[in-house]
Amino acid sequence: MAIGKDDVLHVAELARLEIPEGEVEGVQGQLGAILEAVGKVSELDLSDVEPMTHPLDLVNVWAEDETAPSLTQEEALANAPDAHDGSFRVPAVGG
Amino acid sequence: MSAAIDTLRLTAEDASGLLERGEASGDELAGAYIEAIAARDPELHAYLHVVGERGEGVPIAHKDVITTKGIPTTAGSKILVGYTPQFDSTVAARCKAAGLPIIGKTNLDEFAMGSSTENSAFGPTKNPWDPERVPGGSSGGSAAAVAGGLAPWALGTDTGGSVKQPAALCGVVGLRPTYGTVSRYGIVAFASSLDQVGPLTKTVRDNARLYALIAGRDPADSTTVELPEPVAIPESEDLKGLRIGVPREMNEAEGIDPGVSESVNAAIRLAEELGAEVEETSLPRSVDYGLACYYLVAPAEASSNLARYDGVRYGHRAEADELTALYSRTRWEGFGAEPKRRILLGTYALSAGYYDAYYGQAQKVRTVIAREHAAVFERFDLIVSPTSPTVAFRIGEKAENPLAMYLSDLLTIPANMAGLPGLSIPCGLSEGLPVGLQLIGPQFSENTLFRAGHALERAIGFDYVPERLRA
Repeated sequence: MAIGKDDVLHVAELARLEIPEGEVEGVQGQLGAILEAVGKVSELDLSDVEPMTHPLDLVNVWAEDETAPSLTQEEALANAPDAHDGSFRVPAVGG
Repeated sequence: MSAAIDTLRLTAEDASGLLERGEASGDELAGAYIEAIAARDPELHAYLHVVGERGEGVPIAHKDVITTKGIPTTAGSKILVGYTPQFDSTVAARCKAAGLPIIGKTNLDEFAMGSSTENSAFGPTKNPWDPERVPGGSSGGSAAAVAGGLAPWALGTDTGGSVKQPAALCGVVGLRPTYGTVSRYGIVAFASSLDQVGPLTKTVRDNARLYALIAGRDPADSTTVELPEPVAIPESEDLKGLRIGVPREMNEAEGIDPGVSESVNAAIRLAEELGAEVEETSLPRSVDYGLACYYLVAPAEASSNLARYDGVRYGHRAEADELTALYSRTRWEGFGAEPKRRILLGTYALSAGYYDAYYGQAQKVRTVIAREHAAVFERFDLIVSPTSPTVAFRIGEKAENPLAMYLSDLLTIPANMAGLPGLSIPCGLSEGLPVGLQLIGPQFSENTLFRAGHALERAIGFDYVPERLRA
């Protein structure tokens, strides 16, 4: 199935990927070819088949609500590209 | 003393024997691998990060998606450069508790997405049998480390075939365990309903030993279960009473090299001589639709899992003066071509208007594949096929053609979709390169796989030391 340029840009926005203008066409071509190949799944009539969401038949895996050691605030921030005053720092939202 | 340790030949079981008998110290053993790495890794590039821990146990290498506290973990991606985990994955913790020092972190396709390690942001790993060829992937660094004598054993992860296929291409043993038997806690997530950690080793017995060490329920991963029976280290050298199915479609698929078929067929005849009942069977839809099903389910899950790389909490961050632009620019700069392709594909397959036709339909195909396998296992204990349709291909041969690369996993994907365990053992050479035999069983049949794998390994007598490195 072919995928239009608008579809590519829409999906890229959903996926938070900023495709540089000059590369959109290349991405469109690759996605189109892969979608054509994987579209093969629609050849089968599976209206009566249940979807498989998980390989094991596990139902309601409960656990006791127990406290356990976790990361300190310092450890949680240790890998942050930018941190300030015990928080992650980011640029303006919707600026 | 370490000069006497031949790391190319030494199994983990041998290494353990040396330590137990006091014939080598933990320091000497670890030192021998560090020397081997200094000598051969500049050519092979199996490691992204050499740690060189010393300890009392048999050293181990971890694929660089396995989170290790205080040791950089990159998943082969630029987006995780500079990230140092603050905690251990459960498998790393279990290896540590068993006294296994970490030799290093091994190379892989970025986020375990690929079949050749060429998708690593840090350059490809070379196959120890022929450095002009790929080691397979995505656990290519772990497979090359074991085959090249740079680690006695290693851990990898397998989503669509990423332990089995590189094991086959490097002439080592690789297990993809039953889904849910090994904890995914602290494994950099790719496709959560498929990802499993598995051992890469020189022998089936080593594989069983390492599997025994990492398997079992983990409270930190609610998808794990207890093993129904303890792992049995295999000893039996016959296959009496074992019913082996040979699925036609998996053994006659288009694209299987004649040399690969020849080698696999010889192994199947050997299985009969060892007492197995061998019969042809069929998995028509699993092979026909498996690849398409996988390349919808796995990217869909990946698109969700990889949403966490946003330039805020860890890893690469792009320059931007607004938050959404920061996310989008960070992700475009930080991810390589294959993760971006899969994120876009997965996002599309999950998006409004396309969900039913792609992701929903793929999940139903997955049910069909699981049922088809279940029916076959009513008649057989195991099924066999080539692990990979080809031997190791040349570096660059498929790099520009994602669809050709995806075909490398044609024969490993169906069992993975069904949540079944699979073992790849070397069964011979074609054009001087290793061929892998894939053994697949029902869920929790690892002991049967080990038993059959061990008996065949003994009968085949494959020499796992790459020909060009033999003394």
